[in-house]
Amino acid sequence: MPNFNHPDMYQALFSDIKTNTPIKSPVYEKSGEIAAPTPKEIRVVLRNYGKIDPENINEYISQDGYQALLTCLTSYSPEQVIQVITDSGLRGRGGAGFPAGKKWQFTKNSPGEIKFVVCNADEGDPGAFMNRRVLEDDPHAVIEGMVIAAYAIGATQGYVYCRAEYPQAVRRMNIALKQARELGLLGKNIMATGFDFDIEVRMGAGAFVCGEETALMASIEGHRGEPRPRPPFPAVSGLWGKPTNINNVETFANVPQIILKGAEWFASMGTEKSKGTKTFALAGDVNHTGLIEVPLGISLREIVYDVGGGIKNNKGFKAVQTGGPMGGCLPEDYLDTPVDYEALAAAGSIMGSGGMIVMDEDTCMVDIARFFMDFIQDESCGKCTPCRVGTHSMLEILTRICEGKGKDGDIEELEHLSKVTRINSLCGLGQGAPNPVESTLKHFREEYEAHIYEKRCPAKVCRDLVQFSIIEDDCTGCMVCARNCPVEAIEGEKKQPHSIDPEVCIKCGICYNVCLFEAVVRQSE
Amino acid sequence: MKNLYNKPPLNNPEKKLIIDQILEENKDLPGATMVILNLIQEKIGYVSKPVQNYVAEFLDVPISVIHGVISFYSFFTMDQRGEKNVKLCMGTACYVGGTPQLIDKAKQELNITLNETTPDGKITLEICRCVGACSQAPVVVVDDELHGNLTPQKFTKLLKNIQK
Ligand SMILES: Cc1cc2nc3c(=O)[nH]c(=O)nc-3n(C[C@H](O)[C@H](O)[C@H](O)COP(=O)(O)O)c2cc1C
Ligand code: FES
Repeated sequence: MPNFNHPDMYQALFSDIKTNTPIKSPVYEKSGEIAAPTPKEIRVVLRNYGKIDPENINEYISQDGYQALLTCLTSYSPEQVIQVITDSGLRGRGGAGFPAGKKWQFTKNSPGEIKFVVCNADEGDPGAFMNRRVLEDDPHAVIEGMVIAAYAIGATQGYVYCRAEYPQAVRRMNIALKQARELGLLGKNIMATGFDFDIEVRMGAGAFVCGEETALMASIEGHRGEPRPRPPFPAVSGLWGKPTNINNVETFANVPQIILKGAEWFASMGTEKSKGTKTFALAGDVNHTGLIEVPLGISLREIVYDVGGGIKNNKGFKAVQTGGPMGGCLPEDYLDTPVDYEALAAAGSIMGSGGMIVMDEDTCMVDIARFFMDFIQDESCGKCTPCRVGTHSMLEILTRICEGKGKDGDIEELEHLSKVTRINSLCGLGQGAPNPVESTLKHFREEYEAHIYEKRCPAKVCRDLVQFSIIEDDCTGCMVCARNCPVEAIEGEKKQPHSIDPEVCIKCGICYNVCLFEAVVRQSE
Repeated sequence: MKNLYNKPPLNNPEKKLIIDQILEENKDLPGATMVILNLIQEKIGYVSKPVQNYVAEFLDVPISVIHGVISFYSFFTMDQRGEKNVKLCMGTACYVGGTPQLIDKAKQELNITLNETTPDGKITLEICRCVGACSQAPVVVVDDELHGNLTPQKFTKLLKNIQK
C-alpha cells in the first residue's frame, strides 16, 4: 500500500498513471461475444470493454477509474451521493427495476452500526451473460460502484455473490480486489479519507433461486438458499439481520459513470421512467449474437434487425423472449414495443436482467413454454406449496400437450393454475413462473390448439408429433444422414435412395439438418 | 469418527490433508459452511457422506444441516465422477440451438445415458444450466474447457478425442 496520508496524493497518483498509460484502441475478440458497437448502441457499462486489461488496475485508472470514488469521498456527503443517484433515475438492473437511489436511502436510514453492501452476480437466467462479461472485463467498475454505495449508506463490509458457473469471473474479481486493496482503494482508511470498507467474493453452488435477494443472503450465511417473506426488506434486515443494500452487477457498474458525468447526462438517455442504457445478451436466431448495450426506449425491432442484423438463414421471425424463465415471448406485432420497464410489462413480458433470445419460425412456442416450466419446476426450492405444486402441475400439462396427449380443457386448466401460482407464491420465482405460459397462450394460442385438437406441431419440433422421411427422387445416396443418425434408423446402399425406419427413428432431426439435397422431409399432420 | 477415516476420500492421506487445510483456513469466516463445501467440491471433486460427517463434526453442527445444504445446491455431488466431466448446456439458447441432438449423439457414442459414467470410469455425462456463452450455442463444457458452436458431427469428434 502506498504510504499516502492525504487524498490529494491519490489525485496526483491517478494523474501520473493517466499520463503514463498508453491509450489502446479497442480489440474485439474472435468469438464475437462482443463486437464493435453498431450505430444504435451506446456503451456506458461496456465502455472499457476491449480497451483495458482487466487484470491491471492502472489501465482502469487510466480510463478515469476510481476518480468518481475519490470525488465522492472528498467532495460529496453521503446524502449528496444518494441525491445524484436518485436524480439520475438509475433503476436496478437485476430485473425488478427498483430505483437505486431510493434503495440506498432506505438502507442509509435503517438504524444500525453494521451494514452490508451486496452485489448480486448470480445471473441465473439461461441465455444471459451480461454480468459475467462485466465482471470479467471491467471488475473495477463494479468494485468502485460498491465502495461508493458503501460510503453513501455507511457500510463496512461487502460481498459479491457469484454463481459457481463463472470461475473466470471469480478469478478476475479476486485479482481486482487484491489490486484495489494494495493501492489503498479498498480496506482500511480508503484513499486516506478514514473510510473503511472491504469486499469478499462468495460463490453460489448452482441454485437459480439464490438470485432472489433473500435466498441469496441465506446462501451467503451458509444455509440452504430458501427465500423468506418480505417485509422485512433487506434494507431493514438483511445479512445476519443487519441492514443490507443489494444491487445487481450492472447497477453498480453504472454508478461511477453517473458520478463522473452527472445525473443529467444519464437521465438524458432513455424514456421518461427508464433512464440510461441497458446491456442485453442477444442470442438465438439472429445474424449477430452477443452482448449489446442500447439506450432504453429503443424498440425491439431495432434490436433484432439493426443491432442483431435480422433473422439467420432468411427465416421468418417468430418471437423474442425477454426476461428469462419468468419473462415472456412477444410476437411480430409487438416488435415496435419500446424497451423500457413499463412497456415490456404491459406487453406481457418483463425487462428482466437482459437475456434476449430471438426465435425463428422453426421454434415451437408450446415447447418453449414447457422448457421454461421444466426449468422453474426444477429450481423451485419447494418451500412454498403454490410454487412447488403449481409449477409441477403446469409442467405435467405442457408435457402432455407436447406429446400429443393434450385434452380439451387443458388450456383453461393452465390459465387457472397460472393465476393461482402467481397470486399465492412466496417469492418472485413462483410469482413469475406462469409468465412464459401466459404470454405464449396470449400470443400463440393457435399453436396450443393445433397440438391439442389436431395432434399437430406447426413448427415441427415436438418429437411425438412429427414424422421424418426421405424423398426417394431427391436422395443421392451420399450416406451422410445414415452416418450421422444416432440410432441407425436409416438404411440404404451407397448411391441408392435411403429410407428411415419409423420404428427405430427417435426424431432427433439430425438427418434433416445434415442432408445437403433437402431430401429429408419433416411432416406433422 | 474413527471409521470415517477408512472410507474414501478420507482414507487417502493427501486428500485428507487438503480437506483439513480447507477446514482450518475457513472455519472462522462468517457463513463458513458454503465456502468450505464449495472448496471441497472443487478440490476433491465430490462431497461424500463420510466427508459431510467429518465437516459437521469439525464445525460442530448437526449433520442434517450439512446434508441439507449439500442436497439443496445442484453443484455438490455425493459420489465420484468420471475423469472427464462432459456437461451439455441446457440453457435456452443451447436448447433451441440443438443440445437435444447432441444428447442423442452422446448417448450413442458413449453408450450411457445422462448422469452416468462410462464403465471404464473415464467420462461422466451431464446436462448443466446456461454457462453464459449463449452466443456460441450449443455449448458443451468438458471439465473447465468450453466448446461452442457444436454440431452433432463436431461433437462426435470431440467425444472421440477425449475417449483416447
Ligand atoms: C427467482 C429470482 C431470481 C433472481 N435472479 C437474479 C439474478 O440472477 N441477478 C440479479 O441481479 N437479480 C436477480 N433477482 C432479483 C433480486 O431479487 C433483486 O431484486 C436484485 O438483486 C436487486 O438488485 P437491483 O435493484 O440492482 O436490480 C432475482 C429474483 C428472483 C425472484
Ligand atoms: S444457453 Fe447455453 S451457454 Fe447460455
